[in-house]
Amino acid sequence: MAIQLEVGGHTAWAYTGGKSFDATLPVVLFLHGAEHDHSVWALQSRYLAHHGRSVLAVDLPGHGRSAGAPLVSIEALADWVVALLDAAGVAAATLVGHSMGSLIALECAARYPQRVSRVALIGTAFPMRVADELLTATRDDEPVAQAMVNLWSHSALAHYPGNPGPGFWVAGVNHRLMQRQKPGVMHSDFAACNAYTNGLTACGRITAPVLLVLGKRDVMTPPRAAKDMIAALPNAQVVEIEGAGHAIMAEKPDEALEALRAFIP
Amino acid sequence: MTPPRSPGFDTLSLHAGQQPDPTTGARATPIFQTAAYVFRDSDHAAALFNMERAGHVYSRISNPTTAVLEERIAALDGGVGAIATASGQAALHLAIATLAGAGSHVLASRALYGGSHNLLDYTLRRFGIETSFVDPRDLSAWRAGIRPNTRVLFAETLGNPGLDVLDIAGVAEIAHAAGLPLLVDSTFTTPYLLRPFDFGADLVCHSATKFLGGHGVAIGGLLVDSGAFDWERSGKFPELTEPYAGFHGMDFQEESTVAAFLLRARREGLRDFGACMAPFTAFQLLQGIETLSLRMDRHIANTRAIVAFLCEHKAVASVNYPELPTHPDHQLAKTMLPRGCGAVFTFEIQGGRAAGRKFIETLRLFSHLANVGDAKSLVIHPASTTHFRLDDTALRAAGIGPGTIRLSIGLEDSADLVDDLAQALRASQKL
Repeated sequence: MAIQLEVGGHTAWAYTGGKSFDATLPVVLFLHGAEHDHSVWALQSRYLAHHGRSVLAVDLPGHGRSAGAPLVSIEALADWVVALLDAAGVAAATLVGHSMGSLIALECAARYPQRVSRVALIGTAFPMRVADELLTATRDDEPVAQAMVNLWSHSALAHYPGNPGPGFWVAGVNHRLMQRQKPGVMHSDFAACNAYTNGLTACGRITAPVLLVLGKRDVMTPPRAAKDMIAALPNAQVVEIEGAGHAIMAEKPDEALEALRAFIP
Repeated sequence: MTPPRSPGFDTLSLHAGQQPDPTTGARATPIFQTAAYVFRDSDHAAALFNMERAGHVYSRISNPTTAVLEERIAALDGGVGAIATASGQAALHLAIATLAGAGSHVLASRALYGGSHNLLDYTLRRFGIETSFVDPRDLSAWRAGIRPNTRVLFAETLGNPGLDVLDIAGVAEIAHAAGLPLLVDSTFTTPYLLRPFDFGADLVCHSATKFLGGHGVAIGGLLVDSGAFDWERSGKFPELTEPYAGFHGMDFQEESTVAAFLLRARREGLRDFGACMAPFTAFQLLQGIETLSLRMDRHIANTRAIVAFLCEHKAVASVNYPELPTHPDHQLAKTMLPRGCGAVFTFEIQGGRAAGRKFIETLRLFSHLANVGDAKSLVIHPASTTHFRLDDTALRAAGIGPGTIRLSIGLEDSADLVDDLAQALRASQKL
């Protein structure tokens, strides 16, 4: 099940976890990372939707089924999130973001404290600098950039269970999902991450409880790259997951879910 | 720009989908010989049934040993996932039954394995799925054969019996222009010789009984999805893009952008038709795949030696192998199959049916049976066995001559295989 909302003059699409969206329930908004779409959250969002929450796993503008061009800054994406909450009739939501989505959640929580009740940052770091070679590749040679990111996102050649279920090749799912995004999206996303400078200021402003879920074998956003954020956050919990790389929800779907279940009332 | 070095084919053949068992430390893939799996609690059970958590419930739907095999073939073929089935036939049936129903049409190559032809031309017709057949080399016939109710195009990477090399890119382009997926049977080539997804195919099926298993000991099939086909954009597949009452109203395409086909195939076709693979079979096939590249290189080297021998032999009228300049797809084979054109091929013996029968009966190392892709060399003479009821005219219509011999070259010393063929050819000409 899904809903479509008009946000910023374009149709925004959000998966609702197999249940009808109900703004009267506690709302959890999932924000995917660069060159991804809502389906990276399939298991976690579906579980929460069937356990007392109403979920919106969005496709960000220009990604998946959401129309329009990708937005070029984390700040613009944070504003888009609140516009989407307005369109959905949601006063306040828990934001769960992965990678680029974690920066959007962070900035949104700092800008709009009344609209964000909790923040879960998964596979996060600040600054989220992108190596020059990769950033250039996202612009000039998307297939090479996708291969780089796919290789660096995974910690192993086997996962128990596969994602979204047994028999799926986790790295293959991620690679194809990136290839299914429109040309130009990847560079826009990675450039937005690279250009975001307000992270520590945002951390200092956040009043909502914050959870960081970090993969111990993540080489894209390694746990050490979140240390400054953790120090700047007044109210942060940290969960480090053994054996997880950057693709935490795919490599360790149960552990990611357990961290969210414990954090989201 | 140079792409980063991802794990190579041999590494994936050994490691994809499996790591030392976290409970026992077992290095080899354990055989999880269990029908069902204990739930942690009621909520865990409900979450597994509703696809809120990933895991195993019942071994008809999934099993930890078969899951390793599924992930491994997906990695080798460059797909997103796979489903292991009871046989290659079951894999083909699962693919078609997931995409087509009564009133649907399948457009297929006419150069197919006989079992696939039976399924399409006789059995599925009884269930309301009609198939028409085209010359796989004729792209205009593929284009013209598509109907409003066509749901999938199907062909083999190397056709039967003429080893027609499928122009996958050409047929895929025609399929995609019509909003349809291309399903390719890759049994003869395996991902070591050809990865159909790299040329634009959308789905691949294998009889893993053959070169993947490689030892002629286990019957099994695999169905692999590239994850690249956009079912939503096609608009022809409500089974994947609209709520399915048979599984909690799930819209599989919404659920997963790249996994919709396999989710439906597992949650419907494997669940309801039940043609699952046994875990011990999966273990045997995994053992085979661990040495796939080593074996295929030897299969090809032996095949080349024997093709060269036969081409020079006066008792041989012709040899049909795509690496030969006389084969109609020679140029295409050079582009698509640089590592080799498989280890199954045919030749025409001088002297027709009687010579063919004598040849077969005189061979010592080659085993006379109806299979291919064994470590041991195999032979069959269609005119005196599988097609013995057909007269010469009917045989020709099926692309077979009275003296056609099919060989599946194994891993023996090639000199011994050549010696065996030489003595049998001599005997065949003394009638």
